[in-house]
Amino acid sequence: MSLLIQKEGILTTLQGRGDFGMQRYGINPRGPMDATAARLVNLVLENDENESVIEMHFPAAQIVFEKACVFAIGGADFRASLNGNNFDNWCCVHAKATSILKFEERLKGNRCYLAVRGGIALLQVTNVSIKTPSSRTNQLRKGDRLVIKDESADSASVLNRRISRTMLSAYSRFPTVRIVAGAEYDLLPDEHRRAFVREIFTITGNSNRMGFWLKGPNLELIGGKEMVSAAVTFGTIQLLPDGQMIILMADHQTSGGYPRIANVISVDLPLIAQLGENDKVTFQLIDIDEAESLTIQFERDIQRLRIGCRFGRYW
Amino acid sequence: MRPTRIFPLGENALTVEFGDYMSESLNNAALNLAEHFDANRFPGFIEAVPAIASATIFYKLYEVREAFPEFATAFEAVKYLVDSAADDLLDEPLNNERIVNVPVSFQADAALDLQFIAEFSKLSVANVIEIFTSRIYRVYMLGFLPGFAYMGIVDEEIAVPRKASPRLIVPKGSVGIAGQQTGIYPCESPGGWQVIGRTGMELTDALGGPDSFHFHPGDAVRFINVANQ
Repeated sequence: MSLLIQKEGILTTLQGRGDFGMQRYGINPRGPMDATAARLVNLVLENDENESVIEMHFPAAQIVFEKACVFAIGGADFRASLNGNNFDNWCCVHAKATSILKFEERLKGNRCYLAVRGGIALLQVTNVSIKTPSSRTNQLRKGDRLVIKDESADSASVLNRRISRTMLSAYSRFPTVRIVAGAEYDLLPDEHRRAFVREIFTITGNSNRMGFWLKGPNLELIGGKEMVSAAVTFGTIQLLPDGQMIILMADHQTSGGYPRIANVISVDLPLIAQLGENDKVTFQLIDIDEAESLTIQFERDIQRLRIGCRFGRYW
Repeated sequence: MRPTRIFPLGENALTVEFGDYMSESLNNAALNLAEHFDANRFPGFIEAVPAIASATIFYKLYEVREAFPEFATAFEAVKYLVDSAADDLLDEPLNNERIVNVPVSFQADAALDLQFIAEFSKLSVANVIEIFTSRIYRVYMLGFLPGFAYMGIVDEEIAVPRKASPRLIVPKGSVGIAGQQTGIYPCESPGGWQVIGRTGMELTDALGGPDSFHFHPGDAVRFINVANQ
């Protein structure tokens, strides 16, 4: 035994990196909404960056560390406390046996990630509900327990580590998010292209892990054409028949028949993933070359962080 | 067969489009292209997802760039691979065609929108059932829900549009029509397709895995009216 979910919180799930390879059967890869935060909390612990993490919303879960371990929190700032003592996100923290992890207040962002040195896996499901393939969730319930996969992982060496601020996404309640043109972008008339990057769009209350529904000025395509369904992905911005947009998120359907006017670039997906109801966003269009360069740069930074961690050169 | 266009789906995928309508030859080209990349994986390849008239190739941008430094972008590199493959791409069917018989009940309690379809089409209920069951359909793609098969081509006479606002609950096994597409809900789900009947056939097992889905793209499907059996 290692981690006990004492209070389950709102939509607490165990998320792996995402399982690709099944989209042709209608099964999407899932994975964390803020994949960068999930990678970073693993990397600072010197875990494999694809280890499962616990994704939490606020009010968040209350978790008991039944055994001593080292863990890290990242993503949203929910004012975490261990046995009543607050600590910072993005740091390796030691928990003594029977310590209680709580989240007191939502300060910034909407999705918080917990990783544990050695990795975690679900041990015992108290509320099995496999009614349909689509309810194949990894939702954690009160009373669920998680085990540390590699308890022999040396913990002392990672203590007091902290991720450099330069690696962190610039979370905001009103971010500018970069996009690349989608297949039907060309069908937007000039004035609507301008509105797309000039106007402010608001996240509505319908937003969830499948998609974020935006409220803003109506956009329309020239000669609104009938489309046949094709693959979509995390970050695809679809234009609905009523002129409003939806950004597809981690649990998106694998295919869609609405016009794909843009895609959020992957390095900016965390900025969207941390938004909540009534937060706002503006878009900036860049070309695919620049989007690729930004990803390459980010991956190099991650690689440097990984090597730095391994040789004890942390920031 | 040559693609009509190739465009980025974000910076980690590209979509190869062969056309923008339901047709067996466009669908064959999409399936064959996906098959080609499954058999000839390139460094950084994640998966190929065939759709009705397109295929989307997902890749790890970083690995593609490392493996193909002669291209300015990963998009250009994968596009080049697609163009090369397209030279030999056939729009002939794959060798996996099967005929699947699907028993369907058109009783009122199962056929939630059959009356509407009949009124909309200005046909009798019996006529609608007759027209619907007289065709052999083809599975064009899976998507939407795990194991949901998009099939076509529905006779224009009964090709009713989707509901203006979706049902919150469409029962498992419901057979729906959306324009010239038809499909079966593998599980209970919200949905906007017009429900013409229901099958008791299991379409997936809950365990997942490629072998747990009843339908595959390219399959031929015949709907059998259980009342006639």
